[in-house]
Amino acid sequence: MKFDTPAGQNPIDQLKVVGKPHDRIDGKYKTTGTALYAYERNDAVANHAYGYMVGSAIAKGRINAIDLAEAKGAPGVIAIVTAANAGKLTKGDFNTANLLGGPEIQHYHQAVALVIAETFEQARAAAQLVRVDYARGKGRFDLATELKGAPLKPAEDKGPPVDRVGDFEGAFGKAAVKLDARYTTPDHSHAMMEPHASIATWEGDKLTLWTSNQMIAWGKGDVAKTLGLPKENVRLISPYIGGGFGGKLFVRTDAIMAALGAKAAGRSVKVTLQRPLMINNTTHRPATMQRIRIGATKAGKITAIAHESGSGDLPGGQPETAVNQTKLMYAGANRLTSMRLAVLDLPEGNAMRAPGEAPGLMALEIAMDEMAEKLGMDPVAFRIANDTQVDPEKPERRFSQRQLIKCLQTGADSFGWNRRNAKPAQVRDGKWLVGLGMAAGFRNNMLMKSAARVGIDRKGIVTVTTDMTDIGTGSYTIIAQTAAEMMGVDLDKVVVKLGDSDSPASAGSGGQWGANNSTSGVYAACVKLREAVAQKLGFNSTDAEFADGKVRSGNRSVSLAEAAGDAGLVAEDAIEYGDLDKKYQQSTFAGHFVEVGVNAYTGETRIRRMLAVCAAGRILNPKSARSQVIGGMTMGAGAALMEELAVDKRFGFFVNHDLASYEVPVHADIPHQDVIFLDEVDPISSPMKAKGVGELGLCGVGAAIANAIYNATGVRVRDYPITLDKHLDKLPEIA
Amino acid sequence: MSRRGLLGAGAASVAATAVPVSAAQVGKPAAPSLAKLAFEVNGKKRTLQVDTRTTLLDALRENLQLTGTKKGCDHGQCGACTVLVDGVRINSCLSLAVMHEGDKITTIEGLGQPDNLHPMQAAFIKHDGYQCGYCTPGQICSAVAVLGEIKAGIPSHVTADLNGRPTASNDEMRERMSGNICRCGAYSNILEAMTDVAEKVA
Repeated sequence: MKFDTPAGQNPIDQLKVVGKPHDRIDGKYKTTGTALYAYERNDAVANHAYGYMVGSAIAKGRINAIDLAEAKGAPGVIAIVTAANAGKLTKGDFNTANLLGGPEIQHYHQAVALVIAETFEQARAAAQLVRVDYARGKGRFDLATELKGAPLKPAEDKGPPVDRVGDFEGAFGKAAVKLDARYTTPDHSHAMMEPHASIATWEGDKLTLWTSNQMIAWGKGDVAKTLGLPKENVRLISPYIGGGFGGKLFVRTDAIMAALGAKAAGRSVKVTLQRPLMINNTTHRPATMQRIRIGATKAGKITAIAHESGSGDLPGGQPETAVNQTKLMYAGANRLTSMRLAVLDLPEGNAMRAPGEAPGLMALEIAMDEMAEKLGMDPVAFRIANDTQVDPEKPERRFSQRQLIKCLQTGADSFGWNRRNAKPAQVRDGKWLVGLGMAAGFRNNMLMKSAARVGIDRKGIVTVTTDMTDIGTGSYTIIAQTAAEMMGVDLDKVVVKLGDSDSPASAGSGGQWGANNSTSGVYAACVKLREAVAQKLGFNSTDAEFADGKVRSGNRSVSLAEAAGDAGLVAEDAIEYGDLDKKYQQSTFAGHFVEVGVNAYTGETRIRRMLAVCAAGRILNPKSARSQVIGGMTMGAGAALMEELAVDKRFGFFVNHDLASYEVPVHADIPHQDVIFLDEVDPISSPMKAKGVGELGLCGVGAAIANAIYNATGVRVRDYPITLDKHLDKLPEIA
Repeated sequence: MSRRGLLGAGAASVAATAVPVSAAQVGKPAAPSLAKLAFEVNGKKRTLQVDTRTTLLDALRENLQLTGTKKGCDHGQCGACTVLVDGVRINSCLSLAVMHEGDKITTIEGLGQPDNLHPMQAAFIKHDGYQCGYCTPGQICSAVAVLGEIKAGIPSHVTADLNGRPTASNDEMRERMSGNICRCGAYSNILEAMTDVAEKVA
């Protein structure tokens, strides 16, 4: 189905099932431990051996030699895979660094060997006996140093190195009120709870991988490319995924090494990345150094805005696109955005939840708070005054929907924003300095082709099959809701089968595009199935009604089960998009409001209240969508207050590479969280009239927390995370 | 004694009791040492022959194929492997299987099943106290134990009156649950699920 004109009225608009806060249909499996994750497929694989990974002890250089003699002689060892015996490997399209190092080493903890043994304990013990002789090379590990002289990186291939509208420098020079400030965000780790894991089985030349991967079709392609196999010989199966956040968008070394290990061992092999290896072995969100300049009239109209960001990555890598939202967030006739990309020999930088916007808004939305203060304006009013309903770079493009103002106003009313004291460091509650902060949230809505197959059997059960993944996002449930609505059946009459590369290729899970696109693909397949049902019964498909498990046309009514008959009925289709995302800018918006207490004696920050108001098209399931938003808010609290990969600039690795030292929010850090969804349908986005919401909750919340801390303390911290050492010596005098 | 002095003394005592260097370095590594283990898991008597290095977590997941208990870090940092041993919650990754001879272990599979949910499992579903589901069995085992600890009058770091009885307040539950990380960020919902169960029990 081609979607190239805005959606009219369609069966989804009945909202009998879609839009309802149904419990997750996979909930009873997840809560009883019966949902099987990649490493747990004893149902599918018998007599497997265990692989244990060895990571490089240097960040850059070469392996002179690996002595495997002792490891090979250890009890239970079956085989050991290294670059010397792995055969030819080709880097996947989505990887920046090779997934098996040697002789060249590209980053710390890059895989250099997999030891396969009869048991996990034997593999682990033998892995300690692999002796690697390294020649350490000189690496580049300090972002600030390497950004000096780093080249500009155009936002689009072949685009200009600096994006300009009007005359930024001239307008900024003449502006009545100005801000010129620098902000930094550190490297972040996805730190999903399920480590990367795979089981590999070969049948002749055909490889099956039970793995934990967000993007099955991309993964199938890259496994095939890396191992030099035809695509049709590779199958990925990933029905449950213990979190991803972008860290499982791409094939990682567990999958490749399990495949190589299984070949070497002559039997199935399972591999999980041990937790202390994950942070340096896999990808992370790159650190940024940002400069923001804003010029405005005395009345608070922005006349000039510039956002420049620098980040680093391995050779051939990409920048963290932290300036992107600034192209679209606020009005202003004179604009400048640019990015610099330094070469670093740290582990591979890549996408983490809301890449670009997450760190970009952490800076931009502090800058807006600072600017509001300079203007003597309320931060909500300042943002409202600079709203735009068109793409400021291409004013002929309107936003398909843009309710940012309503998000901010609704949030301000609900949160009691009028109780905020605009003068910082004025409110005390016992030992706590109390502050309120807010920020705007923004994340684009991306459209991607997505396919599904839907069938009805002789019992009237509707089965949806697609390679779509559920990484905690609620895909199972919203796909079931979509099929139930379209086919006119109850939710418990729908079976959803996900995460198998033999199924039709979906949009996958990433960039908050999963829900809208995958359900639209299911919608397309259901439209085709409805036609097939109508045709079989001799009904006119335009007036056939699907409800209560029956199809009605005129005075005829037939149950779906009967219509399907013994042979059943199946239809497959995909949603494909025209140029509505070029004609219109499609984005999602939020207002984030936060109250913090900062301990007047210790400088410790505690979040007391959080509210997000979101405008993100039709909300397919308010319960699971709310969970996505509060999850984003929680991750944003981590980014604001604690998350930072500490770089060892001498040896080139992230020092705090486990869950004890890379601190993420825990129960005690997070208060009750409120979410309000504005009523919105966006017929320009898709037939579902939905947009993404999975990353919006993260976008802007870090800055809202930072602004609340400033309101509490009067100390502005521009370097995340805002740990107590950064403001302790500047806190107000203790009376 | 200074912290440095303490560490130095520790190292010296380790060196004094260590196996002689020659014995550790020469010859083939010894075959794994196996031990017989009998314990009760989810009400069933189980006997196993385990490598003495096998953790309780791996004995459950690999030897008994009870994969509901999750391995998130294998270092006691995340809580995904939480199980109940004689009613007390522990990180099963930090405990060797052979230490549990005769113990009664309850895992998530023992609390309830898809068609026979424990009230805490049902409350997690109702309040969407999970997303990806990987930390969930550990959260639920911890949540059940936390309510038990509060009921038994065991104080926590945030209990104001050590002589009084702690209550199932948000602060108490958040403090006690903080060893169970949920990266999807379902904490607010988990608290609501626990409050729901606590109110029904009380």
